Amino acid sequence: MTAGHCHDIAALCAASLDRAFRQPYSATVQTHSDTPVALPPLDSPQWQTSFRAFLWGARSVGSTVLTLVLFATYLGIGALAHDSGFSLGWTLASTAFVWAGPAQIIVITTLGSGATIVQSAIAVTVSAVRLFPMVVSVLPMMRTDETKRRHLILVAHLTAVTLWVECFRFLPQVPRNRRIAFIHGLGCGLVCVCLIANTIGYALAANLSQLLGAGILMLTPLAFLFSTARNCRELADVIALVLGLLLFPVAALLNSGVDILVSGIAAGTIAYGVHRARAVA
Amino acid sequence: MSSFIGDWHALAVLFVAGVIPNQIWRMLGLWFGGGIDEGSELLVWVRAVATAILAGVIAQIVVQPPGALASVPDWLRYGAVVAGFAVFMLSRKSIFAGVIAGEIVILAGKYWIG
Repeated sequence: MTAGHCHDIAALCAASLDRAFRQPYSATVQTHSDTPVALPPLDSPQWQTSFRAFLWGARSVGSTVLTLVLFATYLGIGALAHDSGFSLGWTLASTAFVWAGPAQIIVITTLGSGATIVQSAIAVTVSAVRLFPMVVSVLPMMRTDETKRRHLILVAHLTAVTLWVECFRFLPQVPRNRRIAFIHGLGCGLVCVCLIANTIGYALAANLSQLLGAGILMLTPLAFLFSTARNCRELADVIALVLGLLLFPVAALLNSGVDILVSGIAAGTIAYGVHRARAVA
Repeated sequence: MSSFIGDWHALAVLFVAGVIPNQIWRMLGLWFGGGIDEGSELLVWVRAVATAILAGVIAQIVVQPPGALASVPDWLRYGAVVAGFAVFMLSRKSIFAGVIAGEIVILAGKYWIG
């Protein structure tokens, strides 16, 4: 058995362990692992340089439907930022440096509707916790004996739900020592797609009729609702989603400036309570 | 160029309110990743709260719409979400089909109202 095989088996084990632990997302992972990925075989000379691996990663942006969803979402974020009074440069900076759709929308909607910096920061902090387990589960897939922590900083930055899902689909077909370069390529490709989508959305919101402007702004809630709904597998996730939607209008009556935080913590805690009650029963 | 950046204050606010609170979790994952039990009860609660916050954000855009979306009547925005969700479920959870259906409803409805 070659070293390559060992790595492969290790990756498969990591992926299946991860599925077992992170059930809410595994539905998405399974759906996508059905589709074949057009990458060179593991022993191909195509993988000899990191630069080539980077290019293969960037090319893989074109072979996932999630790119389309991401494009629509960032088209909407561009339009949302425009209509909330932010500059295009600000919008692009938020995509490049935050690189998490939900956090960007929270910043835009809260700051745009007059919340303080501290209130926005708290809401973003809580919403971004989900990135922690994603990073924790993705990094072991590309570590080798020579990997230093600093080699993984950019991978950690690029990790968000889309990349997280795609890692499980693509990485088993990428030699382990080229995985970091491949993910850099894939992640940078996705960021570029989103920057372009931002710019188009921003320009469209500035120039379009109210009819099409409303249509573009509607992309964001629709894309987020369905991608979140798809990631739900446990009852707790479903309850959190449904209650989170229903409690927001109630919390908004308080007009506290942290309405999203109030409804989110209330709905999430109730959902967790149901999860506990079922576990005990 | 100045209209591209806007004011620098807004950019500073972006870093304090958006970039740092978000990146902190990725960097914590990078530093302490090894020793956390992913099935722990704390993470289940955290994930539920994070999902509910995201749901709140979705609700906020639909209930208190920004910009051009505010020109669409309430019932039409809610109708578009419901129709999109119905198609999403019927299409075996295709995000794409759901988004297209919701968009068709809101664009056709708004066009029809004028």
